[in-house]
Order: sequence, then C-alpha cells, then structure tokens
Amino acid sequence: MVAGAGIPVYDVPFVTVGGGIGSFVTVDYLRIYGVPTSHIRILSNIDHPWQTYQFLTRVSQIPIPERIRSDSSSRPDNLWGWPSYALEEAWKDKNLGHLWNVLTEPLLNDYWTPRAGTVFQNLDREAKRIRYWDMLVKGQVRMVRRRVGGGYFTILTPPEGAATTKRVAFRSRFVHIAVGYPGLRFLPDLQEFREKMGDYQHVVNAYEPHEHVYEFLKTRPGTVVVRGGGIVASRVLQRLFDDRRKFNLQTQIVHIFRTFVTGSHGPHIWMRRKGGDGWAYQGFNYPKSVWGGQLKAEMRRLDGAARAQKYKDMGGTNTPKRRHWQAQMREGRNGSFYHPFQGTVDRVERGQDGRLVSYVRSKDGTLRQPVSDYIIDCTGLEADIAEHRVLADLLQNSGAYRNPLNRLEVERHFEVKGTASGDGALYASGTATLGGYFPGVDTFLGLQVAAQEIADDLARRGFCKKLGPVRSTAQWFKWAFNSQV
Amino acid sequence: MVPTLFGRIQTRIFLLATVGVLITLAIMPLVLAGSGLSLGERYMVGFVILATVTVLGVVWEFIYHFLMQFRWEKDWPSLFGLITLLNEGVLVWILLSAEVVPFIEVEVGAIPFWIHFLVVWIGIWLFANGPMRVPFIRWRFRGGRLL
Ligand SMILES: Cc1cc2nc3c(=O)[nH]c(=O)nc-3n(C[C@H](O)[C@H](O)[C@H](O)COP(=O)(O)OP(=O)(O)OC[C@H]3O[C@@H](n4cnc5c(N)ncnc54)[C@H](O)[C@@H]3O)c2cc1C
Repeated sequence: MVAGAGIPVYDVPFVTVGGGIGSFVTVDYLRIYGVPTSHIRILSNIDHPWQTYQFLTRVSQIPIPERIRSDSSSRPDNLWGWPSYALEEAWKDKNLGHLWNVLTEPLLNDYWTPRAGTVFQNLDREAKRIRYWDMLVKGQVRMVRRRVGGGYFTILTPPEGAATTKRVAFRSRFVHIAVGYPGLRFLPDLQEFREKMGDYQHVVNAYEPHEHVYEFLKTRPGTVVVRGGGIVASRVLQRLFDDRRKFNLQTQIVHIFRTFVTGSHGPHIWMRRKGGDGWAYQGFNYPKSVWGGQLKAEMRRLDGAARAQKYKDMGGTNTPKRRHWQAQMREGRNGSFYHPFQGTVDRVERGQDGRLVSYVRSKDGTLRQPVSDYIIDCTGLEADIAEHRVLADLLQNSGAYRNPLNRLEVERHFEVKGTASGDGALYASGTATLGGYFPGVDTFLGLQVAAQEIADDLARRGFCKKLGPVRSTAQWFKWAFNSQV
Repeated sequence: MVPTLFGRIQTRIFLLATVGVLITLAIMPLVLAGSGLSLGERYMVGFVILATVTVLGVVWEFIYHFLMQFRWEKDWPSLFGLITLLNEGVLVWILLSAEVVPFIEVEVGAIPFWIHFLVVWIGIWLFANGPMRVPFIRWRFRGGRLL
C-alpha cells in the first residue's frame, strides 16, 4: 500500500525515532552489543544528539561551563558509567578535589555533577566512535504504523530538497521512539495573559530563550516574579543573583511557590524528605534508589493504582540543596531583595504604567499584588503526550494506551503495550513513558536503563547477541582506547 | 551502585570470594612474614578471617539495610561503604582476641590482622565503586544483584 502510494520504501531492521539523548544511548548499546550500522537508522530533525538538550539547558541557565544536575556516573557516552566524569575531570584538571567531593557526597559535600561541556565533548567522541552519523537520516517523522505482514512502517518527511519525494518510508521489524518533550505547557493564568494581550515578551517560560529579561535588568532597576519550586527556578534565581552582584544591579525578586515547604515532610519516619524556605530538597529528580536500588525494585512490581500512589509518595517538585544557592538566597532575604512566599495566582493583568500585576492569594488568606517588569514561569510543565503527532497517532491507530500518569504504558522492557506486530516490537523511552514500572525515565541514566532493557529484549528475540562479562570487558577496552566499533 | 538487601548480600559474598581471595593470596605470606608460621598456616589465618568477615557481613548487611530505611533516597553513600570497615573490623578483631574464631589455633598480632583487613576492604571498596561495572553491566541497575 505504501509503495503503491509512490513512496519509496527502505528496509532496515531497527529504526529509532527522535535522535536525541534517548536514541543515542539506545543505539550506543546496540552498536556495542554488535549490531552493524547498516541495521540501524536514526530518524531525526536534529544534527547532534545533544542539540535539544543543549538548547534547553542553555536557555534555562546552564551554559557550557556550568554543572548539570545528574551525577558523576550518569554517563550517556559510556554505558558502563566508569571511569566516572569525576575521575575524568580530576585527571584532566589534575585536581583530586573532584574525587574528594565524590567520596564525601552527599554527606559532607553537595553531589558532584559534571560540567555541561564535559558531557557534550564526550558525547561527540562516542558518537564518532560508534559511527552515529552513518546511521542518521534527517527529517520529520510523521507516523509509525503496524504492517500487515508484521513489523512497522515509519513515515518520514525529508528536509526540503533532500529527496525526490515528499515522503519516504522505512520498513522495519523494530522501532524505538524517543521524541523527548511533546511541548511546553504554561501555567493557566500566564497562558491566558499571553493570549489575551498578545504579549510573549514580558511573561516568559524558562525553557524559552529569555535573555532579554536579563538584558533589560542591566539597563535599569526592575522587579521579576519567579514562579515554581524546582531546579529551573533555582537556576534562574542564581542567574538573577549573579547578575545583581556582577553588574551591581538593584533587581528585586518576588518568588511565588504554590506549595511552600517549611521543613522535613512525608507520611512517616521512613519516608521523609528534607525541605525548607519553600523548597523540597533532593539531589536528583527522583530519590536516588529509583535508578537501581530499593525503589526501582519496588516500583517494578506495581501496577495501576498502587503504582500511581507510589509515584505520588516519592514525587513532587524538588531541587538540590546546594550550598552556593543557599548562601545567595540567604543574602537576598537579609538584604530584602529576595521575597519568597506561598501563593496561587488568580490572574495577571497589565497595570496603568504597563507593568505586570499578579493577583496572588495565600493559604492564610493574605492577598498580595506584586508588580513586576517580567514574570518567569519555571514550573516546567509538560504538554500532554497527545500533543506530539507521532505519539497521538500511536494512541489512536496502533493499540498503545495510557498508564496511571496518563503517559504511554510500557512493559518492564520498554515495549509499548498493545503495539506488537507479528515478530516485531515497538519500544519507547524518555519522558513519554513516565508512570511506568521504572520512574527515572527522563534522565541520562534512566535512558540507559531503558536502553539496556531494550537491547536485552532484542537479544532474546535473536536480533543481537547479549553482552556477557567477557565481551563487555573487551568492549570497554575499545571504549577506553577510543577505537571505532 | 545503590543496593537492595539481596544485592548487598550477593555483592559482598561475590567480592570477598573473588577480589578478597586474590588479595589474600597475594599478601598473606608478606603480612605474616617473621611470624614463624608456615605458608599453609598463614593462608589458613587469612582465609578464616575472610570467611568470618563474610559470615558476619551477612548479618551486618541486614543492619545496614535497616538503617538505610531512614534515608529518604534509600541510598547508601559510598563513604558509608568505606567507614563501615571500622565497626566490622573491630568486631572481627574482638572475636579473634577472644579466641572464638574457629580453625585459628595460632596467635595473630594486631598489626598483621589490620593490614590484611584494611587492604582487602579498601581493595573491594575500590573495585565495587567502579571496575565492577565493566564486566557486569546489569549489576548497578539491579541493586547489586548478580543473579
Ligand atoms: C533543562 C534540562 C536539564 C536537564 N538536565 C539533566 C541532567 O542534568 N541529567 C539528566 O540525566 N537528565 C537531565 N535532563 C533530562 C533528560 O535527560 C534530557 O532532557 C534528555 O535530553 C532527554 O532525552 P530524550 O531523547 O528523551 O529527548 P531529547 O534529547 O529532547 O531528544 C528528542 C529529539 O527528538 C526529536 N523529535 C521529536 N519529534 C520528532 C519527529 N516527529 N521527527 C523527528 N525528530 C523528532 C526532537 O527534535 C528532539 O531533538 C534535563 C532536561 C532539561 C529540560
């Protein structure tokens, strides 16, 4: 049928859709397991796997020299996670301080985390080593559909001028989908303001480019409202505090938390998270043991409502308690230029002088109306998965369905439930699968956990050979000597 | 690696039986040099101590697992893995001094005991915090379980 429609068809056993970090680590696993480049195609609208990640980190205030959130052994460029980034930076900087930090974290020190630049450099090295670009096909993926004879068709629109037809099709036994964030979602009151006023300049999302806010504040004293209690809010605050100091600015910062955490919180003594000054504190976006310890093992056994409850128990917005950030906020509170409080915003309006008035109601009944030049939405809300065309199509036409958190329901080995086709299988990883048997999906390490499950499942199906201790060690040496596979 | 209870126990037994045995084979003759013991007796001392650390260790792991429950993240920082050498070492040393460790008929001095114990412990700790992941790629995602 596809060929009948005049669409050229390419045969390749394994296709991954997305071409971001999730596709990269999955392909990295498969190449190291021994799958040749000719059996893999990566369909993507970006040139480097870290491109989207780099964009999002840059705009949300993690430039290349800054340190990211995940830890030393979360290495998307090395499936063994050893040597860790800390060992590598210690070696390169000739500085044992990095190792001392890892040794004493998180007890005497904050978690050690790598510089964004370290991650990009190493991803580039590994991409070359596994011949990533030999497998990359540029274009926009339109849909993935089950084939009558088993396996799948993936339909791609190549970039203008790159092909003779408007669409091409890939016929494959296996498909992997890692398309990242389906889109941004704004807080409703901010969305309403933006749409009503047609003003996309003064109310911004931290995941959008918003340098103009910081530039404005350098030209005259101003007030910024920051919304949200996660790590993105921490980063934006750091930028505001840093600029204030560096350029001697008068910036006033109003920080609205919907949930204001005042101390340790949780149902009982075995489940209590630290918090204070509005924030819930946690090193990573989930408790550390979800990536391999007790919480991973527990969640793996849960379905339906029990699983949803477990997500609720350990979820919630949080940020790491970093000493540097604590000091900046303390200084801000003492100097009366940082004003955090609890509140929900009913609406935002433009005042007489053109500035923004937020109508805020606190739980204790206090009404506040802070006036600001800018509002930065740091809540990092994600759009529904059905906002993504490929995922919506899967839900509608390919038998996929939603999990207790309303995302794609996947098996323990990340096969999308309900989508099997003959001897083929369709897998997904990343944020679209949050709510499954494994919670840490939207992280480097989580994407690697998924990649390993997928690679092992493919080995069970005879697509590749499982990686045992001897081959793994041999492959590690190849990695260490940077020899191409 | 963030351990589960079974992961802890399996990892402990595995590492003592591999890294621990290799280190003991390599260093025991030197550690007890000048003790007047035969080579066989020296190894006997080394391996019985290793076995004692293993058996008591299984009990310790239950205690660590219990203590870990008070941590929100249910994690076990690598520093804990290092400093627990204190409680474990002291207990083995007390039992040895009280002569309740079976199969050791000879007197073992404090210095040789602690040298052997520390080298084995640190060797295992270093191995577990990195190189272990090279042959066993699934180990860290399974809470330290090998089986
Ligand atoms: C600001 C920020 C900081 C983060 N920091 C960390 C951190 O420190 N540590 C950590 O472990 N994780 C971190 N994460 C989370 C996560 O690891 C990254 O977001 C990671 O990039 C997710 O990988 P992915 O493959 O799911 O998505 P992406 O890397 O975004 O890749 C998906 C790609 O698919 C492409 N795509 C989508 N639809 C189509 C289509 N139809 N056709 C073709 N291509 C398509 C997109 O262009 C995108 O490039 C962070 C996330 C953010 C937003």
